[in-house]
Amino acid sequence: MDQFTLNLLFVGASFALYIGIAVWARAGSTSEFYAAGRGVHPVTNGMATAADWMSAASFISMAGLIAFTGYDNSSFLMGWTGGYVLLALLLAPYLRKFGKFTVSEFIGDRFYSKTARMVAVVCLLVASITYVIGQMQGVGVAFGRFLEIDAFWGLMIGACVVFAYAVFGGMKGVTYTQVAQYCVLIMAYTIPAIFISLQLTGNPIPALGLFGEHTASGQPLLAKLDQIVTDLGFREYTAAHGSTINMVLFTLSLMIGTAGLPHVIMRFFTVPRVSDARWSAGWTLVFIALLYLTAPAVGAMARLNISELMWPNGTDAQAVSVEEIETDPEYAWMATWEKTGLLGWEDKNGDGRIQYYNDADADLQAKAEANGWEGNELTNFNRDILVLANPEIANLPGWVIGLVAAGGLAAALSTAAGLLLAISSAVSHDLLKGQLTPNMSERNELLAARISMAAAIVVAVLLGLNPPGFAAQTVALAFGLAAASIFPALMMGIFFGRINNTGAVSGMLAGLIVTLVYIFLHKGWFFIPDTNAFTDADPLLGPVKSTSFGAVGAMVNFAVAYVVSSMTKEPPQEIKDLVQSVRIPRGAGTATDGH
Amino acid sequence: MSQDNDNNAYWSANVRIILISLVIWALVSFGFGIVLRPMLAGISVGGADLGFWFAQQGSILVFLALIFFYAWRMNKLDREHGVDEE
Repeated sequence: MDQFTLNLLFVGASFALYIGIAVWARAGSTSEFYAAGRGVHPVTNGMATAADWMSAASFISMAGLIAFTGYDNSSFLMGWTGGYVLLALLLAPYLRKFGKFTVSEFIGDRFYSKTARMVAVVCLLVASITYVIGQMQGVGVAFGRFLEIDAFWGLMIGACVVFAYAVFGGMKGVTYTQVAQYCVLIMAYTIPAIFISLQLTGNPIPALGLFGEHTASGQPLLAKLDQIVTDLGFREYTAAHGSTINMVLFTLSLMIGTAGLPHVIMRFFTVPRVSDARWSAGWTLVFIALLYLTAPAVGAMARLNISELMWPNGTDAQAVSVEEIETDPEYAWMATWEKTGLLGWEDKNGDGRIQYYNDADADLQAKAEANGWEGNELTNFNRDILVLANPEIANLPGWVIGLVAAGGLAAALSTAAGLLLAISSAVSHDLLKGQLTPNMSERNELLAARISMAAAIVVAVLLGLNPPGFAAQTVALAFGLAAASIFPALMMGIFFGRINNTGAVSGMLAGLIVTLVYIFLHKGWFFIPDTNAFTDADPLLGPVKSTSFGAVGAMVNFAVAYVVSSMTKEPPQEIKDLVQSVRIPRGAGTATDGH
Repeated sequence: MSQDNDNNAYWSANVRIILISLVIWALVSFGFGIVLRPMLAGISVGGADLGFWFAQQGSILVFLALIFFYAWRMNKLDREHGVDEE
């Protein structure tokens, strides 16, 4: 059976499984849609939340970014896990006690203001749409590879599938479907990693293999990797190269962004009890950590494998020949990925070999001159293909490759569909029904939900044609926006009773606007190329890149809210009582819909 | 009034536990993983140094321990102050 059929089989079987479970679980009750998680054990709930949370950015993109940058991109690992500590300690139990369903409802009630609720909805929409752009990029890569077509058409087909998946809909709300998606996703991520770790280090646990010994050379794996990449003129893998301030701010942005993302927070509103909200956050992180502890090993080992494939006889001998790439089955993955337009090579000096090295490095330029090389010939290697291509690069069996295709699609589709549902309910429920047209009928509300979903997908695809970075970087911008707008408002709502309506609204607006403007200044207005005044290589504010600005935006939000609140009227007594009651677990009923 | 006092005592105990946890949270990630990494450079862990290990593995393991510690500690505190859910 050829690889294409095998991929089709795995993807088809996994989809059949999700739909089957959805149908089976739905037969019991339809009210599960909003209250997924009630009566569900915290462990099961944690698994479902982990599936909801881990998207194309975590699955498809992150390890590739770590592979090609090394230590400096550890921010993704610490940021996207450390946020759960903030969530568990600062938000989840109190929002559960409050007992409503959406983030904007909490902000509206706590700051006794419809304006606050509307501003929260706008913040939420901006962050979610940016997030969807990143997901669509991942979907494009996955479909491009899996159907062996150009990534652009992969994106178009992917958009249609995501739309159908989200409209078909309720599936997302069923916890057990997400449990199945988690299982597919985590197997697809860890099984190839275990194979590769065994090949390279003999250790079946990738996280230990990463710090183990490279069997072929007898050196520690990371030392071997450092040596081979520096031989090729690239920067040392394990060393820090970027600015420390930027790395701290970037990590912090991802952490507080995690705790400010509505589709994750929502899951903690509906657990049975306040103490379950605390445990659920822990179990969620257990299941996320399984992937995040493996990802750095995947990145480092893939980088080593690629370097050795391009220089099969060592970096001092001859590079791989074009003939080998075209005929040797070990290099078949290169031809398949070339079709997506995300991988490319060119024999610039016509010597029949492909030299892969850093042609910007002075030492290597001298070596290139001596050997008659005319620049790096592995001309294009999109970071987002690394995880999907990884099992092929390591020459693993066909079924592993099929499994990874299914896992990548599960990650991208479940999160994209979840975000679209969040966007559509924000527009139809919070914005239209809650504010503009309160008398809208159920039917029209549903129609509005579908239209806003379609609109969101069109916007995401249009903006996704000129993505502001690789998938995980685009998603990082979304986290920056959530960090600067939603998280400070929620935290102040619980911990600082003195913050009033005017303060919260000015804080959110200031945080959102200043962050959005900073991102547009560096990535182009609405991500349109060449409209940017600055670049991330030379940012406006010293070392602070646009992806790291969320942390600054959050500080602006806190400061503005504090100053404005202390100059305006204290919140009324009933709000002070609300804050007191949110802080005490006793008396938490079940969550209720406020409408 | 005594219930109010007890609620205040409960809240300040909670805030103290949160602050201690957040100090550890920041120490392992921003500290050992980033800012203090040069100071840990002498301790080698399989081809890299301790700071690299904290940035890519250790901080995540500590985060896990922190969340479970907090959940356990708070459930105990809830009972001590009689504010747990029946």
